[in-house]
Amino acid sequence: MSAVAADAPIAQPFEIVPRKALPLVALVLLGVVVAIARDARWGLVFCHVVGGGLWTAIDLFVGFIVGPILRSLSVPARIEFTKRLMPKMLVIMPTIVTMTLAAGFQLARQDGFLDTSNPRHAWVVASFCVVGVMAVIALAYLGPANVAVLFELRKPQPDPLVVQTLMRRFVYTAGITGVMQVATLVIMTRLVS
Amino acid sequence: MSDSLVDRKLPPVTEIGAAAMVAVALGVIFNAAYLPKHAPTAVAIAILVVAAALEATNLFLVSRIESFAWARFKQVAGWFLVAYAVIAGMIEYAFVYDHTHGAVLVVMTSMLFVFMLAPPLLVGFTVARFEHTS
Repeated sequence: MSAVAADAPIAQPFEIVPRKALPLVALVLLGVVVAIARDARWGLVFCHVVGGGLWTAIDLFVGFIVGPILRSLSVPARIEFTKRLMPKMLVIMPTIVTMTLAAGFQLARQDGFLDTSNPRHAWVVASFCVVGVMAVIALAYLGPANVAVLFELRKPQPDPLVVQTLMRRFVYTAGITGVMQVATLVIMTRLVS
Repeated sequence: MSDSLVDRKLPPVTEIGAAAMVAVALGVIFNAAYLPKHAPTAVAIAILVVAAALEATNLFLVSRIESFAWARFKQVAGWFLVAYAVIAGMIEYAFVYDHTHGAVLVVMTSMLFVFMLAPPLLVGFTVARFEHTS
């Protein structure tokens, strides 16, 4: 038996995507579509503020609080924590991001911020840039690492090296998105001031 | 020699996929920055061609990998494609709802298609690269 396999903890089966949460996700997305279709001001503001608040808070909390704690934990403790956190993140994050961006774009259109002649148009373009950076980090690095680490942890004997490599990617990218969220806070408060 | 798959040499699929997404993001920001007027079509198309070429390169590179866990790749990429098709459908709905039309709609829809393919490919690749094939 190799050294890797000998050190590896025996994995317990768990759900990568918590299926029980999917009806709730469908309900939230349906709510966003209805708010857009009806041009319902309160619905759009609710989706944007609630989604944006959660997105920013989770990114900041994970990037600056959970990330450093994870780095200091032993590998078995990291694995146990990851098995419980990542499936939830896999459902929560795409839902609140879609909710925030879809509602936000409609609000920007309603308020005329998308118009190039609007004095606050530059701030909206700046927010597009920040979201673009976060989207690339989340979709190209963070998301794939999350899913891959969950598949690794479901194996009878997970490879600690693979888990560590993927978790390192998660910790660093979560830190970067945390910093980008600070920029989002500046832009959004500037937009509505 | 280690048994770990971490040291396995593979093409830079993640980096090229990230570059394709950067190109799509640039294209969308470029178009959105001109709203409600139309952005210069030639520039938008040039960005789209770059993004599509990067995505095609990535598909080609992945298809050439030997001893790859294709079953796992197809399973993961397939489900992610379903999820991203739903998201892309919602975004397309918003484009049409906001009366986007003509060349801008064609370019934005094409960019959306390139965007929709990138995450499933990257997630499928990242999961499958750490799977033993034997």
